[in-house]
Amino acid sequence: MVLFIIFCPIVAAILIMVGTPARKTALAASVLTFASALFLLATFGYDGHDFQHVTSFTISPEWRLSFTTGIDGLSLIMVLLAAIVTLAAVWFAGTIERYENTFYACLLFISGGAIGAFASIDLFFFYAFHELALIPTFLLIGIWGTGNRVAAAWKITIYLAIGSFILLLGLILLYQSVPAPLRSFDIRALTVAASLGQIAADAQHHIYLLLLLGFGILVSLFPFHTWAPEAYASAPAPAAMLHAGVLKKFGLYGLLRLAIPLLPEGARHWTTLLVVLLLGNIIYVGLVTIAQKRLDWMLGYSSVMHMGYILLGIASAGILGVTGAAVLMFAHGISIALLFALAGELRQRTGTLAFDELGGLARVMPFAGLAFGIGVFAAIGLPGFANFAGEIMIFFGAFKNGWTMDGFHIFQITTVLALWGVVISTVYMLRAYRKAFMGTISDQWKHLVDLRPTLRVPVTLLVGALLCYGFFPQSLVRIVTPGFGSYLSANRTDLINTQSCSHGAVSPCLKEQHCQSASTQRGGYNIQQIAWR
Amino acid sequence: MITAPMLEIAVLVLGMVILMVEAFATKIDKRILAFAAIAGLAVVLLGTFFVAPSPSPDQATGFWSFYTADRLSIFFKQFALLTTIFVLIMMTDYAPVVRSSFSAATAQAGLGEFFALPIFTCVGLMYLVSAIDFVFIFVSLELVTISFYVLVSFTRRNPITLEAGMKYLVLSALSTAFLVYGIAWIFGVTGQTNLHRIAEVLTNPATDRGAALLGMALVLVALGFKIAAVPFQIWVPDVYQGAPTPVTAYLSVGSKAAGFVVLLRVLLPFRTLPQTQRLIVLIALLTLIYGNLAALPQTNLKRLLAYSSIAHAGYLLIGVVCFDVRAVTFYLVAYLLMTLLSFAVLVIVAQQTGDEISDFDGLAKRSPFLAFAMLIGMVSLAGVPFTAGFLGKFYIFYAAVLQRQITLVVVGVITVGCGFYYYLKVVRAMYWQSTEKTDKIPINGLSRFAISALIISTIWLGIYPQPILDALKR
Repeated sequence: MVLFIIFCPIVAAILIMVGTPARKTALAASVLTFASALFLLATFGYDGHDFQHVTSFTISPEWRLSFTTGIDGLSLIMVLLAAIVTLAAVWFAGTIERYENTFYACLLFISGGAIGAFASIDLFFFYAFHELALIPTFLLIGIWGTGNRVAAAWKITIYLAIGSFILLLGLILLYQSVPAPLRSFDIRALTVAASLGQIAADAQHHIYLLLLLGFGILVSLFPFHTWAPEAYASAPAPAAMLHAGVLKKFGLYGLLRLAIPLLPEGARHWTTLLVVLLLGNIIYVGLVTIAQKRLDWMLGYSSVMHMGYILLGIASAGILGVTGAAVLMFAHGISIALLFALAGELRQRTGTLAFDELGGLARVMPFAGLAFGIGVFAAIGLPGFANFAGEIMIFFGAFKNGWTMDGFHIFQITTVLALWGVVISTVYMLRAYRKAFMGTISDQWKHLVDLRPTLRVPVTLLVGALLCYGFFPQSLVRIVTPGFGSYLSANRTDLINTQSCSHGAVSPCLKEQHCQSASTQRGGYNIQQIAWR
Repeated sequence: MITAPMLEIAVLVLGMVILMVEAFATKIDKRILAFAAIAGLAVVLLGTFFVAPSPSPDQATGFWSFYTADRLSIFFKQFALLTTIFVLIMMTDYAPVVRSSFSAATAQAGLGEFFALPIFTCVGLMYLVSAIDFVFIFVSLELVTISFYVLVSFTRRNPITLEAGMKYLVLSALSTAFLVYGIAWIFGVTGQTNLHRIAEVLTNPATDRGAALLGMALVLVALGFKIAAVPFQIWVPDVYQGAPTPVTAYLSVGSKAAGFVVLLRVLLPFRTLPQTQRLIVLIALLTLIYGNLAALPQTNLKRLLAYSSIAHAGYLLIGVVCFDVRAVTFYLVAYLLMTLLSFAVLVIVAQQTGDEISDFDGLAKRSPFLAFAMLIGMVSLAGVPFTAGFLGKFYIFYAAVLQRQITLVVVGVITVGCGFYYYLKVVRAMYWQSTEKTDKIPINGLSRFAISALIISTIWLGIYPQPILDALKR
């Protein structure tokens, strides 16, 4: 099943290049992908924290390299996100005038690459699948982009190429840091080796820095973020949806998957650096976002800014913060895809996205206005949307981290500063909404028509996902927590708790309680109380 | 089972036969010669899989002290044969250009030699990868070089080609002089020309290491010329641009691969001397930086590929520094596939439009198949996963990280970034730019087959590299 969901978009892309009707094939493939993601969700076994649906093909026994796929809770929600956004993006794409086949093939390659990366258990394929999206992105921005597309395409491609080669060095070093008989590209085997303390603390420092740099460039961590707004502003809407919504999450996913379980010592060592950089994302980029005068640039910068929250959750390395990060990854992917989709539709109708020229559009396009409003509120983090659940878990988790009664730890200061990010994002998001959709409408836009009914389907899909997981975030939390619980407790020195937590026979409820009691010092928290509302 | 030297003899006989037929059968279409040569080489290629093992080089005497048939040499014999087959296929596509450059009464004058010469080069390459004695290295290297003198300036009516031929002749002769001089020094110090005996003598503390190093450095100059390493790369851009395109492909793949095999064999005795490694690290750094930076502003595709060939020599030298034979070999195989792929497309497209990058504008519209082939070639050269080029870089960087060659790794990663720029320039021309020309570019069945085979093997090796690694292990 996992193999099917990875290769469905890729095979469809190859078929499209060979010459089947582009749009129909792409739509069929993305519907199939979405359906199988739902199937995976429905059949997901909640009680284990191991990978499920594992299939493996040996590539090189000597290097212990094999093409192994499977999903655990974290990969499941990322695959689900990818499937939802792919379906919406393909649906939104419509008819393309130039090279229609190449366009859809590129979209599906990005989607297949992202799903492949999320569902790979093997380090090599985890990396390689992500790179599958590099050239399609270059082509999508270069051929169908708007504005300063040439510069944007070069910038994103070269930035990401160098970033991923830095990442590759980190991964090679990670592979080599384990003693030779234990070396393996299998993430599970590496996790076992790491929990046995096989990765020396000194090596962890180097590897973590390389991974942070490599993944950081891919996630647009401040100050390596400059490729993102420009690329998203000039990319065609479906490409921006897939890239900002799904593909960029790869870096965060990598940090959650590798950095936290494998390199706890490295993470501790570089916490201060990461915290300072992510404040750059939240505060500095946030202020830059306020200054934007065009909707597409504003959305591009806002997507960079929101990475800061997720990184805060990852930096806190407690179960609550990390779970919040996972939830926010999902929620942000959906909400930014929704906003980019509507912005792309606006650009198609009006030919401009400058705030000064827009205004009052909600009168002629009530449905688009409503949907955009929902996207805006979700992005700000209003209760009732999945983003809120993620953000609040992150803030609680981060604030709890390193808490002492008699003074402020760096995490408390960071959390307080990061909270101001919510204010900043409220300012720019509401301003954008007001300038584009509210106020007086100028005469030239009076003839505009609202979204066609067919286009309302993907919008409804995205809004539905936001609301559904906004009201029931627990359904996401339940999926991801068991995996994190085993990672975070496996790294603890407290051996008794480790055994009781990672023992598969313990019932999930009991296990969660164990983990929570075990990880109070590290910022563990009663998730069920916080997240359920 | 057959013995290894029979392979070379078979290829040599094939070359002779083709020359004879070309001399006496004037009426036939000369392209038949090329097809005959391809078929003959394919048969020999098949034969390489049934070679009897040779005596161990340590105790070898007589002929076997010059010539070895170890795994590495058999592998590279296959490599040379495969390269020659692909080059001959390109040459059949290139035949109209050769024909138009001869004004002789018969339209086919010269074509026969054009198809026969690569076979002799192939013999030279096959001997070269088996050579374990300096004398034998020298002789087979000359066989390769002299046939290249003719090939490079084959379309001699074109002044650029003539210039290329002249430059190649003069500089190549100079590098040969360095080689002989270096061999003389090494022989003077050790009293041996066989590489294994030299290694034994060098372990003796009484040997004059300084003089041996000088000899090695001089040999390195000559080999640096062959593999296009900085600072011996000056001939590369002009010769690559001026030579007939299939010959350029042959130069950049065959000549370079043989050069690296010889380099690995020659360096083996000198590996224990610390200065050797430092020297090669320096050359590798210079080659990486120069090749990649100089490629950035190029507008001519052949010239771009020339600089890219220098850049790839840099990555290969990282492998040489770490002395990881398998990494170097895998990289060379990947390089063979992707470079031949790019040149195969270039030969076909350049006849219709030209070999500037801007001549590729809108190729995706005119001929999606060729554009896709070029896309795979460029993407693999740049090093995107799921292509052989990426795995090549992966193994090289793996070896370098394992040996903690931090400087090389850092420079390598930065230059990979440069590579993405100049390779994707070609992709940009093919896919972004539009063109007024809408006519399709014709492509014959054999070339279509060859290009498809190259595309598939580039991607296949990028996912499943094990066959190559296994072939070297046994």
